[in-house]
Amino acid sequence: MNALLLQFLSGLSHAMILFLIASGLSLIFGVTRTINFAHGSFFMLAAYLTTTLGATLPLGDGSFYVGALLASIAVAILGGLVEVCFLRRVYRAPELYQLLLTFALVLIIGDAVRFWWGPENRIGIRPAGLAGSVSILGQPFPTYDLAVLALGPVVAGGLWVALHRTRWGILVRAAASDREMVGALGVNQAWLFTSAFVAGSWLAGLAGALQVPRQPLTTVMDAGIIVEAFVVVVIGGMGNVFGALLGAVLIGVLQSLGILWLPRELHLVLVFLLMAAVLIIRPWGLVGSPPTALPVAGGGPGAPLRGVHLPRGATACVALLLLLVPLAVPPFVLLLLVEILAFALFAGSLQFLVGSGGLLSFGHAAYFGLGAYGAAFLLKQAGLPMLVALALAPLCAAAAALLFGFFCVRLTGISFAMLTLACAQIAYATVQQWYDVTGGDNGILGIWPAPYLASPMRYYYLALLVSAGGLWLLSRIGASPFGLTLEATRDHAPRCEALGITVRAQHLLAFVVAGGFAGLGGALFVFLKGSAFPDYLSVSMSVQSLVMVLLGGVHALAGAPAGAALFTGLDTVITRYTDYWQAVLGGVLLLVVLVFPSGLMGFLRSCGAREGESRG
Amino acid sequence: MRTAILALVLAASLLMHPAGGAAQGPILIGEINSYSGIAAGFTQPYRQAVEMAVDEVNAGGGLLGRKVEVRFRDDKGNPAEAIKHAQELVTGERVNLLAGTYLSNVGLAVSDFAKQQKVLFVAAEPLSEALTWSQGHRYVFRVRPNTHTQGRVLAERAARLPYRKWAVIGPNYEYGRRAWETFWARLRELKPEVQVVGEHWPQLAKLEPGGYVTALLSQQPEAVYVSLFGSDWLAFAREAGKRGLFQKMFVVGILLGEPEYMDPLKLEAPEGMLVTGYPWYDIQTPAHQAFVTKFTQRTGRSPVMGALVGYVTFLSAFEAIRKAQDTDTERVVSAMESLRVATPIGPILFRPFDHQSTMGPWVGTTKLDPVRGGGIMTGWEYVPAEKVLPSEAEVRRMREAAK
Repeated sequence: MNALLLQFLSGLSHAMILFLIASGLSLIFGVTRTINFAHGSFFMLAAYLTTTLGATLPLGDGSFYVGALLASIAVAILGGLVEVCFLRRVYRAPELYQLLLTFALVLIIGDAVRFWWGPENRIGIRPAGLAGSVSILGQPFPTYDLAVLALGPVVAGGLWVALHRTRWGILVRAAASDREMVGALGVNQAWLFTSAFVAGSWLAGLAGALQVPRQPLTTVMDAGIIVEAFVVVVIGGMGNVFGALLGAVLIGVLQSLGILWLPRELHLVLVFLLMAAVLIIRPWGLVGSPPTALPVAGGGPGAPLRGVHLPRGATACVALLLLLVPLAVPPFVLLLLVEILAFALFAGSLQFLVGSGGLLSFGHAAYFGLGAYGAAFLLKQAGLPMLVALALAPLCAAAAALLFGFFCVRLTGISFAMLTLACAQIAYATVQQWYDVTGGDNGILGIWPAPYLASPMRYYYLALLVSAGGLWLLSRIGASPFGLTLEATRDHAPRCEALGITVRAQHLLAFVVAGGFAGLGGALFVFLKGSAFPDYLSVSMSVQSLVMVLLGGVHALAGAPAGAALFTGLDTVITRYTDYWQAVLGGVLLLVVLVFPSGLMGFLRSCGAREGESRG
Repeated sequence: MRTAILALVLAASLLMHPAGGAAQGPILIGEINSYSGIAAGFTQPYRQAVEMAVDEVNAGGGLLGRKVEVRFRDDKGNPAEAIKHAQELVTGERVNLLAGTYLSNVGLAVSDFAKQQKVLFVAAEPLSEALTWSQGHRYVFRVRPNTHTQGRVLAERAARLPYRKWAVIGPNYEYGRRAWETFWARLRELKPEVQVVGEHWPQLAKLEPGGYVTALLSQQPEAVYVSLFGSDWLAFAREAGKRGLFQKMFVVGILLGEPEYMDPLKLEAPEGMLVTGYPWYDIQTPAHQAFVTKFTQRTGRSPVMGALVGYVTFLSAFEAIRKAQDTDTERVVSAMESLRVATPIGPILFRPFDHQSTMGPWVGTTKLDPVRGGGIMTGWEYVPAEKVLPSEAEVRRMREAAK
């Protein structure tokens, strides 16, 4: 019994930190509808700032506390600057581009921290006066954790007062439930957005500062916390601060008690299983309510997938170029092009899902990775010829997509995205821990193309055939009656239901198709790399595919391949010249978002359209 | 798409056309390692030591009368990225051999590439046993003692201790689990009465230590085996220190005596743990002291395990080329089989049948050193790996089983 109580307390103090960061995320989402990936970076930045300030401020025992406060304020100011300088410019752009922008900030802040503080792990400073422990039920319990436990409810109470008893709070809540109406009533939205962003960033900063005595500082702590914070927000209900508290306590306590009871296989996915269960039962979170305006993926209603109006000969020229390239470039460039072709298919399938279906997926790498594993398994264990393995691999991915999709398509918007993330994590954990079949972390090795396809040139032509063929098929599917129906469900689901279209069935079919093509991309990829690892199913792979789609343009036909080429090419070239490739890549992404807010191909298309108008 | 690919291809073909390859150009070594991501703190000193080894060999006139150059590439902790670099280094830069890698999965991926392309790969840091055993092949060699060696050395020491009730905490990751399995298998052989009272496998790099320390304290084992690494270990050490765990149970820690794990903790480093590590401050041989002096003067920091491994890895590669009197892969590989290398820590041998070096771990007990302001190892001994490595027959069995 005592053990249980202590376990409970340990979980609860972690829950308070989770609550702080999640409530900030929720506040920002509620008002600005921005999915702020950079929230974890603010958390990390505040932690590093607190360590430096706490060690250098000449305030004796008070250094840590004053340092923590100053660090959180500094991060709040930075958040305000980010909102004013960058985000404000893209609110009018399709909403997903804000996501790309915050991802660019993640890269830049991550490298800035590495540059200033170095890559070594550091242990945080101890809080003067609270560094020891007190005895609870015969076991020592850290005093500082008790202090954090007490502070959590104080901040929650303060937030409640700010949101329910001040004019600012009323406006914030009004904006969270109906942003357009608040604007129509003459409220200065710019000011409201900035203030919400500052307040949210401050909460992230406070969480980071308070975590310093409990967690070592690493340059990857941003990625560690952000996913968990999202899960908390989604479990509680997006935009609902009380929900964040409930979600944080649930996750913190469950994780802590799980240490005693759950088998190790479940630890990796515990929070995702919980989130999946909550989303399936209550799609808008435990205390959330359905938003009046769903975040619409891409360009909003009425944006069919369209081609770019290039000069007539251009397509033929590019096709010829792609066919002749092997004669002119060294083998390594060919292999890089194969990687781009595999990613083009991967991103293209996601683009189909997001663009035509309006279904934003945060877990698309699961199908890419399962396609890779499927090919590896068919080749190595089943002993099938390489081309057969390549052809059958998409079926493995599509089967997984059917299974997961069955649950996911019940939801829409951000809930759908988070459930796909949960499914991807479940798939990842299965692959990583099912040693007998997948080899676990050691992966499956020796998956090289058959000897007659092994030369870079031959494999390139195979990849070109498969990838171009796959993308062509996808575009035909997009233009087919099924694709058009899908676009109709994206733009107005209730009207489609009234017409007798089963929206869920359409979405499920789209999910399976997208999963299958992603799997084909994964199979191309695995024969290029020669081995399959759980990393192929990771969150960062999913994010990467999304970045490629957004970079190229969601609603342009050539968006995904262009995005894949640009991202992979940039990444490869930058990495060769600097250790700080993340910052440079982030800077380029930032520039792209600010200059071409509808993606590269979207930009080219609008140029073409303008030209057409002036001619007409 | 078209414009982008066109631009890319043009840019790439300008940038990446192989410049070298001529017989009398420099000897090129492709170095792939995790210079960003969770291993970045470890690989920085590694790289400094590699650069030191290269500068030294060039100052002495190079190898076979040619200069040595290293092409460093960041794998970002990702095996697919590492393969991309390996392909570029081998087909573009035309390097003579590949070296490096930190994470086991990255090491395995590059090793498989080396096998397929018939390129020499000298693995530096990855600890997975599979690399030289179940997945071993002609073209891969490994410098560092693997989880099997480290776990067995610890088990032999732990068996002399009176503890019977054991618990374990390690990352839910190949390295963490194998480190425990080899340790436990050997301990049970030597001392059949031992039993496990608690197993904890938190997610890698995401340890929230409070709950785990509470659970360990409630389970009351007499000793706990720790295979945590990186930030997980730091988080655990602080929380366990605050709650007096180190006073209540004996701790055995794989690698935890390495400066990489001890130094960040400063005076919070736990005392009295049985660990493998690298007591560079106490290794008094002239060769090692020369290494310490050179490294410290060059970088302004004290050496860590990564630095030693980097230095030894490149010394080994140089020695193999010298012995082969050629850079042809087949001849260098043949030269490296049963190659003896004089290193700062004495001679090591690359075993001909599994290509594992006989570099061993140091095993000892941790203690605080107020003068240095951190934890050190005392009562240590160096265990050459030949004492615990499996025989040729056993290696052959493992390779057969994997087929």
